[in-house]
Amino acid sequence: MSNTSNSSGLNAEELRSGLAAIAATNGIRRWDLGAACSTDISVQVDRGEPKQMKGAQRSSITVRVWNDAGLVGVTSTSDLSEAGLERALTGAKEASSFGNADDIPAFSPLATAPLASLDQPLHQPQGILRLLDTLKAAEQELLSRHDAIGTVPYNGLAERSSERIYLNSDGACRQQQLSTASVYLYARAEETGRKPRSAGAVRLAYGAADLDVAGCINEAAERTISHLNYAPIETGRYTCVFSSEAFLDLIGAFSSLFNARAVLDGVSLSNRDSLGTALAVPFLDIHDNGLHPGNIGASAFDGEGTPTQRLALLEGGVLRSFLHSEATARAFGTTPTGHAGMGAKVSVGPDWFEIGATPGSGGGQAGLDRFKAGEPIVWIDSLSALHAGVKASQGSFSLPFDGWLIRNGEPRSIEAATVAGDIRQVLQAIVGFEGEAKITPDGLCPMVWVEGLSITGEA
Amino acid sequence: MPCGAPHSPASSRVIAIAPPEPGALDQRWSHALEDLLACGRGAGADLVEVFLERTDHLGVLAEQDTITSVTPAFGMGAGIRVFLGHRDGFVSTNDLSPAGLRRALEQALGMLGLAPNAHANTGFEGLPALRDFASMKGDWLQRCPQLQEATTRLLEGTDQLQQHGNHLQVRRGSYARDWQEVLVAASDGTFGRDIRLHQSVGLNVLAADGDHRAGVGRRYGTSDQPDDLRRWDAGASAAEVCASAGTMLYADYVEAGQMPAVLANRFGGVIFHEACGHLLETTQVERGTTPFAERVGEAIAHEAVTAIDEGLTGGAFGSLSMDDEGMEAQRTVLIQNGVLQRFISDRAGERRTGHARTGSGRRQGHTFAAASRMRNTYIDAGPHTPEQLIASVDKGLYCKSMGGGSVGPTGQFNFAVEEAYLIENGQLTKPVKGATLIGEAKEVMPRISMCANDLELAAGFCGSVSGSIFVTVGQPHIKVDSITVGGR
Repeated sequence: MSNTSNSSGLNAEELRSGLAAIAATNGIRRWDLGAACSTDISVQVDRGEPKQMKGAQRSSITVRVWNDAGLVGVTSTSDLSEAGLERALTGAKEASSFGNADDIPAFSPLATAPLASLDQPLHQPQGILRLLDTLKAAEQELLSRHDAIGTVPYNGLAERSSERIYLNSDGACRQQQLSTASVYLYARAEETGRKPRSAGAVRLAYGAADLDVAGCINEAAERTISHLNYAPIETGRYTCVFSSEAFLDLIGAFSSLFNARAVLDGVSLSNRDSLGTALAVPFLDIHDNGLHPGNIGASAFDGEGTPTQRLALLEGGVLRSFLHSEATARAFGTTPTGHAGMGAKVSVGPDWFEIGATPGSGGGQAGLDRFKAGEPIVWIDSLSALHAGVKASQGSFSLPFDGWLIRNGEPRSIEAATVAGDIRQVLQAIVGFEGEAKITPDGLCPMVWVEGLSITGEA
Repeated sequence: MPCGAPHSPASSRVIAIAPPEPGALDQRWSHALEDLLACGRGAGADLVEVFLERTDHLGVLAEQDTITSVTPAFGMGAGIRVFLGHRDGFVSTNDLSPAGLRRALEQALGMLGLAPNAHANTGFEGLPALRDFASMKGDWLQRCPQLQEATTRLLEGTDQLQQHGNHLQVRRGSYARDWQEVLVAASDGTFGRDIRLHQSVGLNVLAADGDHRAGVGRRYGTSDQPDDLRRWDAGASAAEVCASAGTMLYADYVEAGQMPAVLANRFGGVIFHEACGHLLETTQVERGTTPFAERVGEAIAHEAVTAIDEGLTGGAFGSLSMDDEGMEAQRTVLIQNGVLQRFISDRAGERRTGHARTGSGRRQGHTFAAASRMRNTYIDAGPHTPEQLIASVDKGLYCKSMGGGSVGPTGQFNFAVEEAYLIENGQLTKPVKGATLIGEAKEVMPRISMCANDLELAAGFCGSVSGSIFVTVGQPHIKVDSITVGGR
């Protein structure tokens, strides 16, 4: 990573000099810019045949302009020509007339601070024909795992090379190049006289050659096959065991709890006085750590150029910090945390969660094993429809899920069900953790036991 | 027409960079596009399609009594798609220079193992005269409210919320204007141009009183009506949102279980959209993920149900003059009195499944290949009054306002209910919250046993394989004899 580009589609110095000239011509003295470009290729297959192959070259910029009254305007465009840059700058200047005088973003004080060194090897793309061969073989292997698996209707293998830049008129210059690859396989299985079932898996890596395709096949097959023997579940309250992925999804959906922007906007369940209060059981830690080596594609800096960092959100169940942009940090009298987007009103969001037991706390009930429980256990493998079923500002959720009911150590897939509750109650009803923390695309988390959740089934 | 011959008339033509003025994607592109199409056909492609796009977006957010965000954005790009048999390669780019477009085409050809051949007989006779659906739309962008007017209207909206609501912790208004100019050319002689304009305005509140909280929002949207924001009745919208928030603030959580449900009109149509509409797209037939693939001519729903997907209703969010593959919009009867009539199909769907195109090839923009997608989709009106439906239920749920939903690869759907009431002995009683309706299309469609006579449409957004698009959902009040209600 460096502050200059010499091998890719974006040239920071050219962008800077071009913008500076246009800004000077238009009487703009203060500006900043976020730019990104990427080249993607991807393939999909259908029962041994290539289905769709895609390629994309994308570029985009967002510029912010501070007018003479100090108000901020923003404009985005995919047109990186000189005319496009000029239109973007002048558009942002026009929009600045409508800037919010009560909430004016400034340059991050950390926009020139040193960045963490990330181990992100750049890989050359394999090319679409090799991707196609790999995916066809993967599909064939998955189809061969069980007679009931008839198709893999959702599948894809993709490579991406990307670059992003942050510049500002005070001289900040951030630049990061990245290569990533991903594979996903979602199989559909159906046995005679029974309903179709589906499950899948996804893997990420810095290059296609490093993708754990075999692991993806194994996980997709095991999950799909495990749902063939299903039964309805009776509606009631159950102790639930969330998979790492499911619990991370749930915490992510309620991340406004930790979001200073949401607090200031009045749409978080937290408020300014919440820091230091207990939100969860005393043995739960949640950190946001975009720098974790398991976070494939981590960004070294946020939309305002602030370095990414590891941040304690909950320690011992107590709320320790909020996620901040420059503006929210200023409002709270603290420093930005590296979680900002870019805009006239700057968004704030999490990077990558680390969830687990508080060191020295014992981690709740010891020795939890869902297969040795004395009561029926609902094992929630994946949650669906979070966009519709989560009311983040109210704390409530009602979500369909895939999972199993475990009785006497025997798991049986649940035909169709929803899990409902309140996130505040969930955080206080955690019994403990099972197994080692697992790295997923959204974070690091063990399986989490929560008691007394409401399950609606069709029995 | 040869391709890539260094001195041929075709290759000497310049593919121009899109001019910046509105209406600039027009017939002046014809020669450049012919070059690309001829090149693709000469390489051996069955069909080549070029989609050019220019966009202009404005987003405005008002919170309480302040404009907190103004977000203009503009862009341009091309999507080039090449078919060979059932396969296709698709490449998108922001680079509309001659070299950029040529590079994208060659990349798409390469995906199918094809390469330009300067000496091949292309079999391509050139493009016909442009079918210009945009000829009367050139001033739409200028006729839309400018920033000052848009911000003023939004602040009227948040002020109206304050006047109509109680216990409001957050008041928000948002406005989005999306202008899009497209030019579509294909080697089968398609050559069409259109300008689309979508505007929507939304009001949201968060009401809070002690531990009680209720978040309610509504969004209103139209297409192709530059004056829409000026005509918006902010007071009526605010009154509707505040009434709902006031009701739901103290509502109890719904008790879970199986029960009959009456779903209100307008956005209640999301149940058909999610439960059945997606399964009638040929993308689902291609994947083998619809239970209805072989059931044309068979009853798949109760005989009370007639369902339609069309792109013709004036001003509706999902209406369009031509789809993103250059085909004129149609009215497609999907289900007639419970019997499946046909599928929603695009170019790829027609090639892969045999179902004729219905003018439903749609995409969010140039970075997506078109796919078969819904437009204005609704259950048609029936003979009953809404009161008759409610009176027919002893104990059940009345779903007055629906949230979003989704459908999975096995046909299982779900959607959230924003505002609901218990039905007891044929009467609406207390409000309840936290309900989620889940089920499978194959099982629920036969249970829609009554349709009322009050069909209304509502604007929405649909995210799927070709991105997020503008759609309309709709229905009259309908009764579902039994459905699973998730709750606490």
